[in-house]
Amino acid sequence: MFDTRPDPQSTAETLLSVNNIEVIYNHVILVLKGVSLHVPKGGITALLGGNGAGKSTTLKAISGLLASERGDITKGSITYRGENVASLSPSDLVRKGVIQVMEGRHCFEHLTVEENLLTGAYTRRDGRKSVADELDLVYTYFPRLKERRKSQAGYTSGGEQQMTAIGRALMSRPEMILLDEPSMGLAPQLVEQIFEIVQRLNEEQGVTFLLAEQNTNVALRFAHTGYILENGRVVMEGSAQALRENPDVKEFYLGMSDKGRRSFRDVRSYRRRKRWLA
Amino acid sequence: MPDTLLFAMEAALNGLTAGIMYALVALGFVLIFKASGIFNFSQGVMALFAALTLVGFQQGQVPFAHLINAIFGTRVHHFGWNLPTLLAIPATVGVMVVFAWAVERFVLRHLVNQKPIILFMATIGLAYFLEGLGDLMWGAEVKRLDVGIPQGMSGAVDDLTFGLFGYGFYMDTLDLYAMVIAALLVAVLVLFSQYTKEGRALRAVADDHQAALSVGISLRFIWVLTWSIAGIVALVAGIMWGAKSGVQFSLSLIALKALPVLILGGFTSIPGAIVGGLIIGVGEKLFDFFMQPIVGGATENWFAYMLALVFLLFRPQGLFGEKIIERV
Repeated sequence: MFDTRPDPQSTAETLLSVNNIEVIYNHVILVLKGVSLHVPKGGITALLGGNGAGKSTTLKAISGLLASERGDITKGSITYRGENVASLSPSDLVRKGVIQVMEGRHCFEHLTVEENLLTGAYTRRDGRKSVADELDLVYTYFPRLKERRKSQAGYTSGGEQQMTAIGRALMSRPEMILLDEPSMGLAPQLVEQIFEIVQRLNEEQGVTFLLAEQNTNVALRFAHTGYILENGRVVMEGSAQALRENPDVKEFYLGMSDKGRRSFRDVRSYRRRKRWLA
Repeated sequence: MPDTLLFAMEAALNGLTAGIMYALVALGFVLIFKASGIFNFSQGVMALFAALTLVGFQQGQVPFAHLINAIFGTRVHHFGWNLPTLLAIPATVGVMVVFAWAVERFVLRHLVNQKPIILFMATIGLAYFLEGLGDLMWGAEVKRLDVGIPQGMSGAVDDLTFGLFGYGFYMDTLDLYAMVIAALLVAVLVLFSQYTKEGRALRAVADDHQAALSVGISLRFIWVLTWSIAGIVALVAGIMWGAKSGVQFSLSLIALKALPVLILGGFTSIPGAIVGGLIIGVGEKLFDFFMQPIVGGATENWFAYMLALVFLLFRPQGLFGEKIIERV
């Protein structure tokens, strides 16, 4: 269907695999209908798709946050470094090095920026000194946060809150960050900035990223590999480059077409093709 | 200085000490409400239970003596020794921590993500359970609590005010101690929540449960922690009220006095609980002082509720509370 040139990441070992999981909310709402994905160590993997495709649910299934939202993994397994982690609590996973940055930032509004960052080190047992070092490291990546460190997080801007949320996750010294919709509600320039920092963290600190994103364009520029979800199923996967060049992805997700601008007359066939894809 | 003003000052001062007591009870409510969004109906009974347990330990009572006697036909009631207060208090704290753990393990854990009203109902059940447990463990008779705090008129205050105004104010020494202890307790709580890792986690949970979970904070641990702290606050309140008027069922009704304090100060604010308590304490004493000649007294019983009602009309979130935002 599309070219399958080996991307640089395909030779790396798999850090996390999700094998054919099914997720049901409240015992009745089937959200994921058999999702499988593999996250290579040291890479940036993008999880793409529209609203309600199941991106966030997939991330929550991995991080263990599903249980607190009355969701259940009813089938399949999730392995992290070869170990089954599907039934672990979020705090166990944070200790093992997997941490989620939730959609919509979720900063602790009444805590200062610095206190927010420090809560990220909650599970660490290696002493004040190394936590302080980590804080300095976070400030070198997000100098803006250092300026705002004494402000209440609730009064900082959306971009600063996103930085706080990512910085907070970094404080746990993670092996892997599950980043949910980092571009949400941010100006394009800021989105670019956040993704550049993600890329630097990936290259310089060796943090593996699995990011869920609606902004396909940006995500595919920074990611190494990608998965496209529709209606709780993976409909496409491949290297970021292959996905970028795939005509269906171009048309449905990147808003580009070989045939130039479309008129409303084509909308019906567009819908039909899109349904076929799903 | 005119006499009326002096009398009013004396009334206000006594109101302050009463207000501290109200604030202590309200504090327990606020702590749990902030951390878990639960209005803990059993806070008053927790104070009663803590005071009963303290007396029981002090006097070396055998817990569940009536039950044991009924089942085994024995006649045990006391171990025959008295525990010094300094040991009995840590032991009671231990019991309150175990209670907090049990509440999490057997009640809260099973009600995660339920509506606030359901959790509230659960705490009503808890209140009755704890009341029964207190009776069963330590017996239902009125007990005298003596933790070694002197009672009666404070000579120092009397002398000081006599020297200043030529009129000695009446103040109970116990109230003075209560004020100091309450201030210490609040200071320790503030230091704990501002400067320790667990305190920070506590505030984080109060802000955003989901985000707290996501960074690896264990909600179960935090709940046990808050209920333990609320238990300790209940113990302090129980000691002060118990020392004043004996340990008996009516002690649990102090929770009713905390309600207007909460409405005044806001359910989510620790300073609100303290200031609210002081306002109600001083307010009801002064109101009574000035209205007594007109209506013949007994306004203390309803003044707090009337004030709360006025607040509900004009500032429902209280003085320091956050505006209530319905979260989805």
